[in-house]
Amino acid sequence: MSIDSSFIISAAQAIQHTIIAHEADLESLDRAIGDGDHFINMKRGATTVVEMQTELQALSTDVALNKIGMKLLSTIGGASGPLLASFFMGMAKIIKEHNNTDISTCAAAFSAGVDTIRQRGKADVGEKTMLDVLIPVSKQFSILAAQHSSAKEIAAALPQTAEQGMLSTKDLIATKGRASGLGERAIGHIDPGAKSCQLMIEAVCNLIK
Amino acid sequence: MKKFTNNVDNILVESLSGFARAHQDLVSLNLEPNFLTRKQKASNKVGIISGGGSGHEPLHAGYIGKGMLDAACPGHVFTSPTPDQMLAAAEAVHADKGILFIVKNYAGDVMNFEMAAEMLPFTSATVLTSDDCAVINSTYTTGRRGVAGTVIVEKCVGSLAETGASLEACKTLGEKVNHRTSSIGVALTSCTVPAAGRPTFDISDSEIEMGVGIHGEPGRRRETMREADAIVQDMVQAILEDFAAKNLATQGAEALLLVNGLGATPLMELYLIYNRAAQLLAKHGVQISRSLVGNYTTALDMAGASITLCLLDNEIKQHWDSPVHTPALRWGL
Repeated sequence: MSIDSSFIISAAQAIQHTIIAHEADLESLDRAIGDGDHFINMKRGATTVVEMQTELQALSTDVALNKIGMKLLSTIGGASGPLLASFFMGMAKIIKEHNNTDISTCAAAFSAGVDTIRQRGKADVGEKTMLDVLIPVSKQFSILAAQHSSAKEIAAALPQTAEQGMLSTKDLIATKGRASGLGERAIGHIDPGAKSCQLMIEAVCNLIK
Repeated sequence: MKKFTNNVDNILVESLSGFARAHQDLVSLNLEPNFLTRKQKASNKVGIISGGGSGHEPLHAGYIGKGMLDAACPGHVFTSPTPDQMLAAAEAVHADKGILFIVKNYAGDVMNFEMAAEMLPFTSATVLTSDDCAVINSTYTTGRRGVAGTVIVEKCVGSLAETGASLEACKTLGEKVNHRTSSIGVALTSCTVPAAGRPTFDISDSEIEMGVGIHGEPGRRRETMREADAIVQDMVQAILEDFAAKNLATQGAEALLLVNGLGATPLMELYLIYNRAAQLLAKHGVQISRSLVGNYTTALDMAGASITLCLLDNEIKQHWDSPVHTPALRWGL
C-alpha cells in the first residue's frame, strides 16, 4: 500500500467516523476539564477534510497534506486548529523533501509533524495534552521504521502506544491548555485532545492492518 | 434546553448579521472570513484589532468604534477565530502605523493570533490580557486567563491610538493596564454551548463555582451557596491578595470597579454586588472613582458575575474618560 491521496481520503473518512462515533466520550471529557467545544471542533475539522476529497484526489501526497493543513487552519479554530494544521504542514515538508512515502519517510514526516506541534504549542510530554499521545507514538514509529518493521507491524503496534499515552494523561496535572487553570482538579480525567489523537491514530492504523 | 435558534449551525452568522443591522451606523460586517470593522475607516493611527470565541457579547464587536477597536474577529462559540480572519481584518483597517492585536490569554487564541502575526505583511504587536486572578500563575502553565479586564485594556489602548500614538506606546499602555487589573468570577449556574445542547458543567442549586472562567472552565473550588455579601467578600479578598502578590499597593489607590454580569444575572443583583464590593474596598482604603456595572464580558447564559478592579493612574484615567462611540460603550460625545 502507499500513502497517496486516496489513502489520505480514506484516512480522513475513518477519522471522521471515529470522532462522530465517540461524541459522548469526547464531550464528557471536555465537559470535565475543558470548555465543551472539542468534539464540535474536531467534527468540523474532519468533515472539512472529507469534503475536500475531489480536490485532494488529483494532488501529490505533500501538496494534499499541505492543503489540508491550510484548510484546517481556517476552519477549526481554537487550540486544535493551529496545532493540527502545523502537524499536516510539518509532514508535508518532509515528504516533499524526500519525494517518496517509504516507511522511513513516513516516520520522519510524522515526527516532524509532531515537532511542529510541540513548537507551536510550547508543550512537551507530561503536560496533559495531545503530545502525551503523539510524542511516544512518534518515537515508537521511528524505532520500528529503523528496525525495518513492515507497515502492518507498525500499524499493529502504534495504537497500543497511543492508548498508553492517552491513559497516562489521567493522572497528570495539566500545565498547558485550558485545563491548566484547574491544578489538582484535573487529576483523574483523561485529556480530551489526547483522547481524540488516540482515536485518530487507531482509525488510520486500522486501515493498514 | 430552550434557546432562540433556527439551525444551530447558523447561530453565529445570524447573530452577527443582526448585530451589524442594529449598529449599521457604527460597524460593517464581512462574512467568510468573518470580521467586523468600523463603518468609517480611521486614518493615521495604529489599527486596534481584537477577537476571540463568540458567546462573550458584547466582547469584542460591541467595542468597535471611535475611541476603541478598529476591528474584531469573532470565532465560533468559545472557539478562537482563525488566522485568515485576522489577516483580512488587518488588511481592511491597516493605516500605516501598524496593527495591535489585543488577545485574551488562552492557548487557542494565542496560537491563532501568533500565526496571523507571522503571516501579516505589516508591523504588528500583541497585548495579551490575563486579569483573571482565579488562576494561580506559574511559569509552567498557559497562565492566567483574560476576562472582563480586557474591556478596560481595549478602552484605554483604543483611546491612546486615537491620538496617533505609536504601536510601541499602545502596546506599553495595554500591558500596563493589564498589569494593574485583576478580576475574579463566580458562577451560580453553568452555561450551555448551543451546538452542544447541554450545560457545560453540572452544578447543584446549593453550589457555586468560585473563580469560574468565561467559558465555564472550573475555577478555584466548588463552594456551598451563601449570602451575597459573603461571596463578594471572598472575591474582593482574592483581588486584594492578587495585587499584594504583584506588589501593587491598593491602600490609598484610586481605582475603577467593574461588576460584570456573565449573561443571566439581572442588573439588580449586579448592583447589589457592586454595593458590597465598593463598601469592602473603601474599608481597605481603595478609592473607587470610576465604575461600570452591566454585561460587558459574558459567558453565554451563565448566571454569575465577575468583579474587576483596575488601579488607576493619571494616564489610565485620562484614557478611560476619553470619548468613546461603540455599540456597547458610549460616552463623552
